[in-house]
Formats: sequence, C-alpha cells, structure tokens
Amino acid sequence: MNIKQAFLLAIKSLLSSKMRSFLTMLGIIIGIAAVIILVSLMNGLSKSILDSFEDMGTNLISVEVMGRGSNRSVTFTEMQALMAENPELISGVSPNVSVGVKVKKDTESLTANCIGINEDYYDIKNVKMASGRFINYLDVARRQKVCILGAYEVTKLFGGIDPLGEEVKINGDSYTVIGTLTEKADAEEGSADDTVIIPYTLATRLSGNGTISSYYISASSKDTVNQASALVKAKLYQAFQSEDYYMVMSSGEIIEEINEMMGIMGTVLIGIAGISLLVGGIGIMNIMLVSVSERVREIGIRKSLGGRRKDILGQFIIEAATTSIIGGIIGIILGVILSYGAGKLIDLTAVPSVTAIIVAVSVSAAIGIVFGYLPASKAAKMYPIEALREN
Amino acid sequence: MIKLKDIYKIYQTGEDFVHALDGIDLHIDEGEFVSVIGASGSGKSTCMNIIGCLDVPTSGSYFLNGSDVSTLSDDELAMIRNRTLGFIFQQYNLISKLTVLENVELPLIYRGVQPKERVRMSMEALERVGLEGRSNNMPSQLSGGQQQRVSIARALAGKPKVILADEPTGALDSKTGMEVLALIKELHKEGNTIVLITHDNSIALHAQRIVRLSDGKIIEDKPVIDRQVQ
Ligand SMILES: Nc1ncnc2c1ncn2[C@@H]1O[C@H](COP(=O)(O)OP(=O)(O)OP(=O)(O)O)[C@@H](O)[C@H]1O
Ligand SMILES: [Mg+2]
Repeated sequence: MNIKQAFLLAIKSLLSSKMRSFLTMLGIIIGIAAVIILVSLMNGLSKSILDSFEDMGTNLISVEVMGRGSNRSVTFTEMQALMAENPELISGVSPNVSVGVKVKKDTESLTANCIGINEDYYDIKNVKMASGRFINYLDVARRQKVCILGAYEVTKLFGGIDPLGEEVKINGDSYTVIGTLTEKADAEEGSADDTVIIPYTLATRLSGNGTISSYYISASSKDTVNQASALVKAKLYQAFQSEDYYMVMSSGEIIEEINEMMGIMGTVLIGIAGISLLVGGIGIMNIMLVSVSERVREIGIRKSLGGRRKDILGQFIIEAATTSIIGGIIGIILGVILSYGAGKLIDLTAVPSVTAIIVAVSVSAAIGIVFGYLPASKAAKMYPIEALREN
Repeated sequence: MIKLKDIYKIYQTGEDFVHALDGIDLHIDEGEFVSVIGASGSGKSTCMNIIGCLDVPTSGSYFLNGSDVSTLSDDELAMIRNRTLGFIFQQYNLISKLTVLENVELPLIYRGVQPKERVRMSMEALERVGLEGRSNNMPSQLSGGQQQRVSIARALAGKPKVILADEPTGALDSKTGMEVLALIKELHKEGNTIVLITHDNSIALHAQRIVRLSDGKIIEDKPVIDRQVQ
C-alpha cells in the first residue's frame, strides 16, 4: 500500500465521520489560532510602542534640570563643551526652552506651546518639514525673529494655506514664518501638531527668567546612547553633587524598559497560549483514543484480510497527520485573520510571528500523531481474533 | 495442505479452565471440502480461527502448506491470510463505511495490486456473486444475504487456495442459504480447499467429509458417501 493510497484512504475515512474529524480539528484549530492571535497582538503592541519611540529618535537623551534649591547650574556652553570633548559619543545638543505664548495673525489668535531650540534640534528630534527651512545657526546667534509652525497653527491661523514668508505676532512681536512641520496627529489642538518653534535665544527672553533648564542631546549612534547618557549624568553629578537636581532619560533606556515589560507580558501570554494548546491537545488525544477503540473491530477485519501491523499503523498515523495538517492550516488562516481583525478593533497592527506559527503547528501535529499512534499501535498488535471479538 | 497435530486451546476465566480444543488431530488435503459440525460451544469457531491463523493454539503444532505456523512472524502470517486464505464470517465483517467495491478490494490493496487490476478483479468477484450492480452501495444498504455474498466476493477476489467459512448461512433464510451454499460448492469444483462450519446437518452433507466436534474433541470424522441417505 503506497502513501498516496493511504492518504486517500485517510481522507475518505475522515469524511466518513465528519463530526468526529471536525471535533478533533477543532481542538487543533482553537489551540493554534489562540497562539497566533496572542502572539501577533503582543508583537503588534510592542512594535507600535517601539515605533513611536523610534519616531522621536532612538539616539535621543533628554535632560531636565530642576536645580531648585541649588545655587549651581549647568550652562548651555558647558553642555556644548561636553559635546566638543566627546564628539564620538555626542553629536548634537539643543536647549529646550518651553514657553506658553499668544500667537496672532490679523484677527485670529491662539495660545500655543512655543519651544526655543537651536539648529541641532533638527537632527536630534528627526524633524520633518512640510515646507520651508529649519532654524539655522545664524537665526539663533543673531536672534532672528523667525518661527516654524505646526500643522494646527497653519490650519487655525492661515486656513491651511502655506504661510511661508508671512508674519505672525508672538506675544506682540512680529516673527517671520520660515517653515512648517509635517502633520502628525490630524492637526488637533494640544497634539504634537500644536507647536511653534523659535530660536532659543528668543525663547529665553519670552520665558522671562533667561535660564535653560532642559536639553535635548543626541548620541552619535544607537549603540553609544548608553555611554553618552552616562557621560551626561557624570557631568551633571559633578555640577550638582546630588542626583536629586536633574533627570537624564535616554530613549535607549526607555526602549529597554519597554522591552523588559514586553518580555514579562510575553512570558505570561506564552503561558496562556501554552495552556490553550494543551487543552486543544487533550481534545485531540481524547478523540483519537475514542476513534481507535471504536474501530478495533475494523482493525480486526483488516488484519484478517492480510493487513500488516505497519499497514494498520500507517493508516491511523496518516489519518491523524491529515487531521492535524488540515486543522493546522485552518487554525493558521483563522488565527491570522482574527489577529488582524482584533488588531483593527483595538487600533493596532497585528504582527504574526512565524516562530509562533511553527511552534503551535508542530506541537499540535505532534500531539495528534502521538495520540493517534499510541492506541493504534496497541490495537495493531492484537491477534486478529481478539480485535474481531471486540464489542 | 492443513495439518493440525495435538492442538489444545485452553481459555482461563478466573479459576476455571475451558478446553475449547482438547487435543485435535486433523488433516485436510488440497481440494477437499470438509464440514465441521458440532453443538454450540464445541469448539468449531476456535478450530477455524486457528486454521485461519487468526488465533494461536495453547499447544500443539499446525502446518499449513508444509510450514510450521508457530514459527512465522506477524507479517508472514498476514501474508498467508492475505494470499492463501479467504474468510467468510457468520456476521459478514464488512467495513460499514466503505462501499461494497472497496470492501472487496481490501485484500487486494494489502497485496499491493495496482488500482486498475484491483477494480477488475473485484468486479469479477462481485459478478460471480451477482452483485456487480451494487458495487457503489454501502453495506448497510444491502440485505443480509447480499452482505454475505459481498463477503464471499471479498474472500474469493484474491483467489485464495483455502476458503474458511464459519456458519456462512447461519444468519440467512434457507433459500438464501442454499444460494450461498451453491456458490461455495462452485468454488470447491474449481479446486479450492473448503472448510465449512455449520450446525446444520443438511448443509454439512454437501461436503465430501464431515468432522464432528464435541467438547473440543473430534468424535467423528467420516466421508459423506451418499447425500441422499441421511
Ligand atoms: N475468548 C474466550 N474466552 C473464554 N472462553 C472462550 C473464548 N472463546 C471461546 N471460548 C469458549 O470456548 C468454547 C468453544 O467456543 P467456540 O466459539 O469455538 O464454539 P462454537 O463451536 O463455535 O460454538 P457456536 O456454534 O455457538 O458458534 C466455548 O465453551 C466458549 O465459551
Ligand atoms: Mg462459532
């Protein structure tokens, strides 16, 4: 008896007891689909979080100096010196002066969060311009009254028409619009699109106190983020002699933390997925056992007609394998579809994992085949007459 | 052809020992038609199962075609059942989820006959029992007599030398029983060795020789001289 015939026989046998085959498959389908859904959503979640951090720049280090109660401080010049001394670690430093301002164009006006920065900010934060140019060194040095508007301001003040070269009033002073930012968040108020960027040399005046308490620093590469961050911390510690006066956060550290969290969540989910595979497996096992014991008489007939042990075993294994494979394929398809469906529902792009699919399929196939094999092997060893006498 | 020597089959149920076969000596030559008769529980089926290599004796030796069956491996026994022996069971033993044709094909599948040839041989066998028109039916769609004829077709499809029939007419009315018997007699005329188990004397008389069992022993073994004399 060749494989093809055995396979056709298996299909026929499965079709002849559709309900049982379906129930066996159901265990496999649920097990595999559950694993795929859990893992894809988990992957999707972790990817979306990491993506949003990568958007902000993976080399980013942000420094916040509270400095309250301390008479020491770290000036921008000192930060720049740090960069000059360590060009292999730090590739850019920008002050980050945040001021609430009133922006006015003709009769339209709004309040916005204005940030003062220097030319390094462009690379540090991966700025995407919709039009015009970014603030350059001369603008900063000469305190040029120029500004860059976010999409919300463009919509609100200019009705969405490109405002390059136009003047706006920021806290009463006239600024020339030299660029606009690419829309990121539907141009909504208070979103990432609601921002005005000006040279920090002007922003410190607007803020009234003249000091810089926050910096964005970019490490020269992803791999040097931790080193650069340590360097900055050391510098700040030297100045303040205490860790209480400043905060240094690098995206690398944040990403690491997220990865760690995702790892824990992943372990929990893998546990849950494992349980559902196990439950599916027990279902398969049960039905295989019932299926074989129901068919001991058939095995007896086949043996009496000259079926050898390996013919009988082959038949059951191929039946089990066919069930597992068909169930596995349906499980994969269902799992992937439901992953994307569920992803849509919770606004997440599901990322199916090939490893998870392979593991889930091999586990349930193995269960199906092992538990198809064991009872069949027992039955195939009986004397034909014993099997024929059954029930 | 068939040589049983001092065969015992002893079943143990709890404390009791049942001597289903109690020292059987039996020779059956090639081409013979032998009836085995005896009361219920006398050991007829047990005897046939041993002859058919479906069961093994507790002790004693059995030679089939000159080879000692007890020395054969599982696969060799399967091959003998497949090529040398054809079974007709009282309860037909058809596989209910296979069609009539597929049931008849089974021994040929295990023999490795190619599909085309297999179908040809099976259809030929079904024609002999007059069921060529029902080849695609399921066994459950046939009457008892028809099912028994399917099982006969299955037994003879592979042209085995020996046909073993355990009360083939037991579940049939006398008319259908006679039809089945006629088929068996025809097989005998073609040179097959036949062992027919029955508890019906009138059916046994169709054989050439009658072996009578009682309590696992052969109490009579004589040729049928004149069928008319009972
Ligand atoms: N598996 C078994 N376990 C225990 N005892 C058995 C077994 N099979 C048969 N026997 C016993 O062996 C004896 C012979 O049984 P067997 O089936 O050969 O009788 P038989 O002549 O075919 O009877 P019948 O005409 O009713 O079919 C009986 O007493 C029976 O109870
Ligand atoms: Mg019997």
